Amino acid sequence: MTQVERDVQSIPAGEGQRTSPLGFVVQALESVRKAILPVIAVLFGTRQIGDWGLELGIAIGLIIITLNAGVAWLGWTRRRYFVGPEDIRVESGIISREARSIPYERIQDVSLEQKLLPRLFGLTTIRFETGAGGKDELELSYVTYEEGESLRELVRERREAGPGQPFAYDSKSEAASGPGPEEADDPVLPQESGRLLFAMDPKRLLLFGLFEFSLVIFAVLLGMMQQVEFLLPFDLWDSENWVALRSLWRDNEQVAADAVVSLTVTLIIMAGVLSLGIVTGLARTFARDWAFRLERTSRGFRRRRGLFTRTDVVMPVHRVQAASIDTGILRRLFGWHGLTFISLAQDSGSASHVVAPFARMAEIWPIAREAGLEPPSADLAWHRPKADRWFALGVIAAIPVLAGAIFLAVERHWVWGVLLACLGLPLIALRQYYAWKRHRHALGPRQLFVREGWITPELVMVQRVKLQSVEIACGPLGRWLGYGTLHFGLAGGKLSIPGIPLGEAFAIRDSILTSIAGVDFSDLPR
Amino acid sequence: MDDMQGETLSRVHPDHVKVLRIQSFGLAAAAVLAALAIGEGLPVLRWYALALAVLFALFWIIRLPARRYAHKGYDMAPDRLRIARGLLFRSDTVVPFGRIQHIDVMQGPLERFFGLATLVVHTAGTHNASVSLAGLKRETADAMREEIRSHIKRQTL
Repeated sequence: MTQVERDVQSIPAGEGQRTSPLGFVVQALESVRKAILPVIAVLFGTRQIGDWGLELGIAIGLIIITLNAGVAWLGWTRRRYFVGPEDIRVESGIISREARSIPYERIQDVSLEQKLLPRLFGLTTIRFETGAGGKDELELSYVTYEEGESLRELVRERREAGPGQPFAYDSKSEAASGPGPEEADDPVLPQESGRLLFAMDPKRLLLFGLFEFSLVIFAVLLGMMQQVEFLLPFDLWDSENWVALRSLWRDNEQVAADAVVSLTVTLIIMAGVLSLGIVTGLARTFARDWAFRLERTSRGFRRRRGLFTRTDVVMPVHRVQAASIDTGILRRLFGWHGLTFISLAQDSGSASHVVAPFARMAEIWPIAREAGLEPPSADLAWHRPKADRWFALGVIAAIPVLAGAIFLAVERHWVWGVLLACLGLPLIALRQYYAWKRHRHALGPRQLFVREGWITPELVMVQRVKLQSVEIACGPLGRWLGYGTLHFGLAGGKLSIPGIPLGEAFAIRDSILTSIAGVDFSDLPR
Repeated sequence: MDDMQGETLSRVHPDHVKVLRIQSFGLAAAAVLAALAIGEGLPVLRWYALALAVLFALFWIIRLPARRYAHKGYDMAPDRLRIARGLLFRSDTVVPFGRIQHIDVMQGPLERFFGLATLVVHTAGTHNASVSLAGLKRETADAMREEIRSHIKRQTL
């Protein structure tokens, strides 16, 4: 699908323009940041040699910075872009030149990304997405935010107009009409202000951040407890020691007081780690989702978010392949959910776009409706998969647990053996039961719904016509018990229904295939 | 062709079995060599190990490819391609022509010797991004490609 051609067309003489000269400053500053680590390494390495270690480190740092700045400057002078009547061309490269051209028709999406440093200078990276993903995309850094915006507008208008239409482009006048650089901190758009679908105020963000508390911190906590154990005069994990501590208290007040001090220190450290976990979660959330805004513009969904790195992504409605509503263990109890669009486009490495990270269901459905996805109707028949699959897999999972318990009992650790069996087996049973119970699917006239996840249920919904292929897979266990897994080909994501009775699987496949085959890929709503 | 749904599927060319057999030769030979090595180390086990390895090799080269062939089938409907395969883990995939992005006909050296080819259809889906059907006669594969291509509309620019 991608038609990025290299070394075919070049910019006509006298045409084309350079990227923003400020971009060179940003790159030079970034090279300073990159130089810090080598300089520190050199400082450490030369410490033993003599007194001039510091000077050497600084000299090497200066050389690295000068070299990088030189390369950045050369790169800037040699990089030109040209907005042609049919395509956008970029020539770059210091020694080996590269000329790239992308026809407007092939540009799927234009995204702007502002990292912290460029943002301070009112600059942005503009990325023309062709659907190739990653290395074959055309990227232009850095241009002024206004220039990025006008380029984006231009590409869209160009795509709408179709080839062969007369078209005038003058970057200077467009830039002049744009907002001044002092407004770059919160880029407002003059051209296109869409209908607001979803936004998060700091209060909502604060609540969201509290739920983003990572479970990993508990592991850290336990690890730390093992680290600080040496502070304690006894083994923290042995209950007999706690009894002993009490008698110790009676016998020897000095030792006991020491123990209390150590215990207090441990508790303070633990509380510190806990609050650190909360603060980390909050900081991550604030940095990522600050001033989250989702708008519906004439071109699609437009999402802006980020405190330090401000991203601005536009996703055409037709590129939304499916949507998923997920939640967390705790936030689920308070009725908070998140909506993600699955699409072909790349969003910082993942093919899914979070469009409402922390919202009420009542806020989620209007957004999903904008993407052509309706909530399941009340009379929709939901089906459960065959419980046999979860039962059989549970039995298989129980075998090693049972074997371990028997082994422990035989080795005369029968208390541990019984404990393992009494804890492990019900846990497996519970997990399998809920995994089965929470799994369900429904086939509507236009959409397919699949719900899964035993702790945090996730609902994936997709329009039938957006599916690419249907596969029925069946292993030996499934053949014996009469179930299979239905895999759907979904652009940008995975969707499958496990443990479904074979007859039903074939019926669903036939039904969906008639919907798919009726519409050609190229005719899918755009 | 025993099929999970009971429909009849076309089989690929019988020469596909020969290709599969030649391809499975390597592992069978390795098993026999390993048995010989064990025999050198533990002379007591020599003949048992060798007998076991030869049995495995015979199963691997003769029986398994025949079973795999028997379980492989395809069906060209007017608007979709269905491919069923797998002995222990069966899969039955249907790709509508309208969702095929591009088509490859590939030939390895072995396949070329027997005049066979592998048809690969690519879809936009993450799962089943490419579905391949090996063991077709070259002409059949080409004809299928043309047939599918005539059904795919030209991608609009």
